[in-house]
Amino acid sequence: MSQAFVEIRHAQKSYGQLEVLKDISLNVDRGQIVAIIGPSGSGKSTLLRAINDLDPLTGGEIWLDGVQVNKALPHRQYEKHINQMRQEIGMVFQHFNLFPHLTVRENVTMAPKLLKKISDKEANALAEEQLDHVGMLERIDYYPAQLSGGQKQRVAIARALAMKPKLMLFDEATSALDPELVEEVNLVMKKLAQEHMTMIIVTHEMDFAASVCDRVLFMDQGVVVEEGPPEQVFKNPTQERTRNFLRKHLEGAK
Amino acid sequence: MGLDFSVLPPFYGTLALGVLWTIAITAASAVLSFFGGILLAVIALYAPMAIRLPFRFVAWLFMGTPLLLQLFLIYFGLVQIGIDLPAFVAGVIGLGFHFAVYNSELIQTAMIAVDKGQMEAARTLGLSRRQALIKVVVPQAVRDVIPPIGNNMIALLKDSALVSVIGVSELTLSAQRAIGQTYRAFEFYAAAAVLYYIINLGMEAVLRWFENRNRLYR
Amino acid sequence: MDTELILKVYPYFLEAAVVTIELSILTIVLGLICGALGATARLSRFKALRFLGAAYVSFFRGTPALIQLFLLYFGGPQIGIQLDAFEAGVIGLGVNIGAYMTETMRGAIIAIDKGQGEAARTLGLSREQAFRKVVLPQALRLMIRPLGVNINAQIKGTALVSAISVVELTYTAQRYIGSTYKPFEMFFLAGVLYLVIITITGKGVAYLDRKVRLPA
Repeated sequence: MSQAFVEIRHAQKSYGQLEVLKDISLNVDRGQIVAIIGPSGSGKSTLLRAINDLDPLTGGEIWLDGVQVNKALPHRQYEKHINQMRQEIGMVFQHFNLFPHLTVRENVTMAPKLLKKISDKEANALAEEQLDHVGMLERIDYYPAQLSGGQKQRVAIARALAMKPKLMLFDEATSALDPELVEEVNLVMKKLAQEHMTMIIVTHEMDFAASVCDRVLFMDQGVVVEEGPPEQVFKNPTQERTRNFLRKHLEGAK
Repeated sequence: MGLDFSVLPPFYGTLALGVLWTIAITAASAVLSFFGGILLAVIALYAPMAIRLPFRFVAWLFMGTPLLLQLFLIYFGLVQIGIDLPAFVAGVIGLGFHFAVYNSELIQTAMIAVDKGQMEAARTLGLSRRQALIKVVVPQAVRDVIPPIGNNMIALLKDSALVSVIGVSELTLSAQRAIGQTYRAFEFYAAAAVLYYIINLGMEAVLRWFENRNRLYR
Repeated sequence: MDTELILKVYPYFLEAAVVTIELSILTIVLGLICGALGATARLSRFKALRFLGAAYVSFFRGTPALIQLFLLYFGGPQIGIQLDAFEAGVIGLGVNIGAYMTETMRGAIIAIDKGQGEAARTLGLSREQAFRKVVLPQALRLMIRPLGVNINAQIKGTALVSAISVVELTYTAQRYIGSTYKPFEMFFLAGVLYLVIITITGKGVAYLDRKVRLPA
């Protein structure tokens, strides 16, 4: 059976009685960029965080490049397995979560040095390469507290990329930023898109989703309501719920 | 019998040695209490129940009883179970463990206060829980608690006087030895008080320097 | 655990616990008085008083309580102060904890927003009235918990008087450790009694704190 690069099969998650993900399936091909949109509480962040098992599913499977991420294993083995898988899945958070006690350089090199056992010299070269990529090279020896929100997020992206992930997850990466800082982060993400990084992006920004994504998923109340190329989902949504959401969102934006 | 401070100079050497031992026991206990405090905090927050509960109980016992009583327990208790430690070592263990319990309370609070996102971010990079604790959570918590831990260390200096009762020849016992020969209690205790005060000032200065140095990353 | 021994000696520990309680009450009362005076001096308009208050706090917090106690008890007679061990214990430790309580009380008072005093002054209250009617009632509520911490420390601190041979809990435990060679049993006995005293006091402080707390 041919398999997609990322496969989510019948993902299901509930907290007690509350079902937040109801049987969601999704395939993403290598190099594809998928945006997930939807109102808050729709389950879109939960789905994203299930992909690297930050919020474990209660049912269903996640596959990356032929390996099951949420494999059923005894606790100790599972820990080893998931740590290995997470090295291949980069994640960028809404609130950056940079390590405030480490410099920009150390934020980028900490995990590669610890987990891939690379030398200080290699680590420095890696940090410089990745920070240059996101335009943050000149701030390499600053502490996170000395950076603007947009700069922090660019460093967070470099930190994730330094692990050479196969897949990048973005959880509302620009939602916590002042409007004038959003663009610099979007530019970095566009650059990654041109380099054919496989990305799954949870976002509120419809314009951005429309301009870089191959596919858009609209989620509401734990299900995928509508899915398709951006021009179809944004311009000619087939579902009533999608139309309502987009209309409200456009009004909100004005 | 009035006051006569001319009795002091012949004992300058004794007092100086006492100062050195006081600094030594304070430093050794401070190091033990610092790392012990981190260890106890990690156990209190992350160890399985079966380990956590007995530790919780011992911590409760040590926070609710006088240090002096604990020193007697450690000094005489260890002898009873066949471990005859030098008084200095018993003193370091007693002081170090006592303050480790207090430090651990501070570190626990600080570890809980480290944003949940920090652990998540470390885990998404592939770090194990333990690696994330060691590399990300503990260092941040420790920096946040340097001022209050510093205050504990200054309290430790003053409580180090208590180990004189189990026979550690630090400053207080040195003063007592001199008094034994001269019967000049006021002069020698006053001298000891001045010396403690000076060490205390020194520690406060170091603490302030440390706090300033660590301000950058905030 | 030698329960037979514990049953035999526990009455002596109970007697000693009564002495520990007496010492605790007296030192804490004296400490509160010294603390109130110290805080008043530290916040005074007069520079000389502020200096005096600061010197008091600095000396008593900057040197070991044990040394202060020895200085008073053994050194006192040289400067005409004759006290028995119990009296020296109460005065020495009371004045010592008073220095810590000074800082607690002062901290609570300066934590009250400056606007509170100003608002009272604009209504026409005098400086003293503004303090007594507006700042102090709020500060008192704020200082209960931290004073509770001082009190907890002081109850354990009474153990120091064992070093000048006052027969209280720690002295009794130490003597029985020496005569029975059962350090764990003796520690256990004394420890339980300390914990009872401290737990009850702690509950009392928490109750008081809850009772006077303003609705959020």
